[in-house]
Amino acid sequence: MNDRPAVSIQGVSKEFGSGVTALSGIDLDVRPRELISLIGPSGCGKSTLLRIIGDLIDPSAGVVEVNGKPAPRARVDHDYGIVFQEAVLYDWRTVGKNIALPLELLRWSREKRAARVEELVRLVELEGFEDHHPWQLSGGMQQRVAIARALSFEPALLLMDEPFGALDEMTRERLNMELLRIWEASGSTIVFVTHSIAEAVFLSTRVVVMSPRPGRIADVVEIDLPYPRTADTREEPRFFELVTHVRERLAGRGAQVEPELAEEAQ
Amino acid sequence: MSVALRRRAVDWGPPLVVFAVGILSWQLLVVAFNVQEFLLPKPTQIAQTLWDERSSLWHAGIYTFKEALGGFAIGSSLAIAVSLVFAAFRPVGTAFMPFAVAANAVPIIAFAPIMNNWFGLLNPFSKMAIAAVLCFFPVLITTLRGLTSVDPRAIELMRSYAAGQASTFRRVRIPASLPHMFAGLKIASVLSMIGAIVGEYFGGPTTALGVTILNASAYTNFSLAWAGIVLASAFGILFYGAVALAERLTTSWDPSRRDFHAG
Repeated sequence: MNDRPAVSIQGVSKEFGSGVTALSGIDLDVRPRELISLIGPSGCGKSTLLRIIGDLIDPSAGVVEVNGKPAPRARVDHDYGIVFQEAVLYDWRTVGKNIALPLELLRWSREKRAARVEELVRLVELEGFEDHHPWQLSGGMQQRVAIARALSFEPALLLMDEPFGALDEMTRERLNMELLRIWEASGSTIVFVTHSIAEAVFLSTRVVVMSPRPGRIADVVEIDLPYPRTADTREEPRFFELVTHVRERLAGRGAQVEPELAEEAQ
Repeated sequence: MSVALRRRAVDWGPPLVVFAVGILSWQLLVVAFNVQEFLLPKPTQIAQTLWDERSSLWHAGIYTFKEALGGFAIGSSLAIAVSLVFAAFRPVGTAFMPFAVAANAVPIIAFAPIMNNWFGLLNPFSKMAIAAVLCFFPVLITTLRGLTSVDPRAIELMRSYAAGQASTFRRVRIPASLPHMFAGLKIASVLSMIGAIVGEYFGGPTTALGVTILNASAYTNFSLAWAGIVLASAFGILFYGAVALAERLTTSWDPSRRDFHAG
């Protein structure tokens, strides 16, 4: 297995023109095939960090590499796909054509596009909806289209900015399960921004706890729950321990509460 | 099908009732108060004149409608082209927008005789120019707003795909602007008919509808003047309807329109 980090962040800071320091001294390596969550209160800069990884905004200082390349190069090379909190589907395109949009830009032939859309529609379980327009779908279905679109060109990295934040709890839990299945099937690395502690612990290999003003990494918590994770995972004592642990780190407390965890995080 | 028909009846029923009641009260009031014809003719009288003069009125209407259509085409396509330039090169837009606003502030009535002078009284292009000036601004403003008020994340997404500006315009900004653009085109469709008739008021061939209305009033043939006005409005409404139909066909995906028609 390749030991080069999927994402390497070194000394990244971001100050906005207004003088607000959104991020300060961020160092983080994301391992290949990892599903890593960024969690923290509003204003901790987690979405900003995600956008810097995607070269959608520039850092004020520091270096970001994706697949060993500078972030701008990685963007131009289509090394990542991104999903936002809202699905951001193009209303004038059908489900199938929304999914195929990145492939059009990559100049795939019509036949190849159609074949790939068929695969993806099956992956996100939206068979039969290819010719529907976005307004005909529920919020959860729209978000699945957005995920299929981000995965369409098989990027090595998937950036997700609170993708299930606008959905109801039941839909969210179902899509959490689906995301794990898709992650395992596609073999990509995922950087996942969330507000939800339970979601972060349930999904992730590691949880990056961030604190606000200025945004910095407070802790990185290794999640040692075995995969595949199921509905039962949410009921295991270890799950609750980890949720509690992350919650305490978010509150800035409990640094020495569980020594064994601190060791594992090294 | 029957559901669609019933919904259509629900949509169209109330305005038709209002129309019928309005015409009927007009007729009754004119008869009851014995209003003189030069003040307000009876609807039946206007209808009679429309029928009697159908051939000459129809030709006049078509003549004027062609001027309106020409002006609409020139003004709207110019406005769409300019809004694309303004949206693609923001500094250009910032530099020129005040002048577009100033052009819109020109009183069209003052402008009409000048156009007649430039292009010739009998040249339909003089009326098209007036209609084009009237159409330009609403289409420019609405299309520009549509092109520039796209969800920023939709643009970020295109950036994440490393799409260039031309591609982002073609795939995102232009389709997203269509509902806005059609709002402008609908306003322009009605304005173009008004522009053509205003132009004709300052002189034009006797085959034109505006000239027909003007002459009929001058010769105190008020039912003919009213018949001309009714026909001019009918052309305006039909043109509006045609643009609205084009809108319906091209933007059936628009969720905001969908909500309005739901249920």
